[in-house]
Amino acid sequence: MNSGPIVRIEGLTRRFGPIVAVDRVDLEIARGELFALLGGSGCGKTTLLRMLAGFETPDEGRLFIDGQDMTDVPPYRRPVNMMFQSYALFPHMDVAANVGYGLRRDGVKAPEIAARVAEILKLVHLQDHARRKPSQLSGGQRQRVALARALVKRPKLLLLDEPLAALDRKLRESTRFEMVRLQEQLGLTFVMVTHDQEEAMSMATRLAVMDAGRIAQIGTPHEVYEHPASRFVADFIGIANIIALEGGGWMALRPEKITLSAARPALPQTVAGRIVDVAYEGDRSLYHVETDAHGTMTVSTTNTSRAAGDAFARDQPVWLGWSDEAGQRLEA
Amino acid sequence: MRGRARFAFGMLAFGYAFLYLPIALVIVYSFNESRLVTVWSGFSLKWWHALFANEAMLEAAWLSLRIALVSATGAALLGLAAGYALVRAPRFPGRTLFGSLVVAPMVMPEVVMGISMLLLFVGSERLFGGPDRGFLTIAIAHTTFSIAFVAIVVQSRLADFDRALEEAAMDLGATPWVTFRTITLPLIAPAVGSGWLLAFTLSLDDLILTQFVAGAQSQTLPMRVYSSVRLGVDPQINVLATIVVTIAACALILSGWLTRRKA
Repeated sequence: MNSGPIVRIEGLTRRFGPIVAVDRVDLEIARGELFALLGGSGCGKTTLLRMLAGFETPDEGRLFIDGQDMTDVPPYRRPVNMMFQSYALFPHMDVAANVGYGLRRDGVKAPEIAARVAEILKLVHLQDHARRKPSQLSGGQRQRVALARALVKRPKLLLLDEPLAALDRKLRESTRFEMVRLQEQLGLTFVMVTHDQEEAMSMATRLAVMDAGRIAQIGTPHEVYEHPASRFVADFIGIANIIALEGGGWMALRPEKITLSAARPALPQTVAGRIVDVAYEGDRSLYHVETDAHGTMTVSTTNTSRAAGDAFARDQPVWLGWSDEAGQRLEA
Repeated sequence: MRGRARFAFGMLAFGYAFLYLPIALVIVYSFNESRLVTVWSGFSLKWWHALFANEAMLEAAWLSLRIALVSATGAALLGLAAGYALVRAPRFPGRTLFGSLVVAPMVMPEVVMGISMLLLFVGSERLFGGPDRGFLTIAIAHTTFSIAFVAIVVQSRLADFDRALEEAAMDLGATPWVTFRTITLPLIAPAVGSGWLLAFTLSLDDLILTQFVAGAQSQTLPMRVYSSVRLGVDPQINVLATIVVTIAACALILSGWLTRRKA
């Protein structure tokens, strides 16, 4: 068995007419990772995923899966399965037939197909729905059928295109944990595309932030959040106050790293301002504070006591303070 | 609310009456006793007996039925291919032209098609010594002008077909042909089926084109009816119309049932 990275991408490029969707991307993904491609619409993340699946042919560059060159291999000969954003369940087949479809294509014998389908349906808690048609299932159940169908062949790589986008908020949160559990339990490598930074942060072992067809930064969620490499990344992941530094360059300062108080705090960096906007979110409050030195800054407070949400009001003069290590210096 | 509902039902009844009263009359009059097509003189099955004893009429009906089956099947296969190509083939030079050419027979005067078909068959007879004008030439001509109808139905069904379904199949290991067989075809089968039924109906009652390409020996049902009408109609025509309407209605119900079952 090959011990190198499960995915190796070298200079991968894909153009659509004059638009360069993916621009000379280099990337390595290790075995057992839950890797997220994160970015806004049109950043090239979906095109990159579709090249991994084989639905798009790169114009330049090579793509290796488990050490084998897969650049020109059609999708039906790749050891890769994909879960589609729309789930793409076959409407004329029941759940068991949907899940067993890939095994049937491989010529697996009927009794074995039945056993493996039953096993995987149990894993996603759908063992009682095998005879239902997709139209008879709820959104969450369809999502799990799609996941089971993509998992049943035990692919070397599972690709997920916005796996949670079609679910409502409550279900999305529980499904996140469920998918991470499955990924760890099966020991597979997941590559997930998402535009939702919260989703990427909470699920991924590593993530790549993409912008205009290129990878802006790769790292663990912690690295990318606390040590953004550029203004783009700092701004895309979470909220960041970008402060221009004397002598060039910028600093990204997260709202929760700033102390908000009525009196001048005893911190190395302080600035006076006035609250122009308050957003009360229950667990925390966000304040927009107008400062002379850095313009409008965003500050958050955690509402650890029930009175905390009322502590500051609009138009109130306040002080902001932070320590020297609170911000990340940015070069670009 | 009441008044509006009554008005809506009234409009509906009027619409249906406009569409189906003539057909209902034909059916009623097929059980007429009178010799005259339009005068009711009592219930009788005698014209039904007469029609089923009318060898020439039955022979024409059998020929029409065989032609309709063959040409509808041919048109369904070729129309499926054309509709699929129009939607799925990557952009190729002349695609718009090809698209218009496929549907051209729908708007081309039948007389023009009839002449061109006749010229083709005469020419091929001279060059290759065949085919003899009759069953085969009529079936070919009907196939040609029915392809457009199937192609359009298939094309519109495929246009809103979720491509991700085919990609999912390929992702799971299905080759393009297997994907077509197991995913695409079952899902567009109702469209192909209704295209087939359309082609079948068009073939069954075509008169103009058929007259150009039919030889001296073959007479289809519409040709037979047309010539007998010129000699003066008798109520056998009503019986015939009743039978044709029944077949068409069954076909429609079948296609509706098929569509609903697949969806």
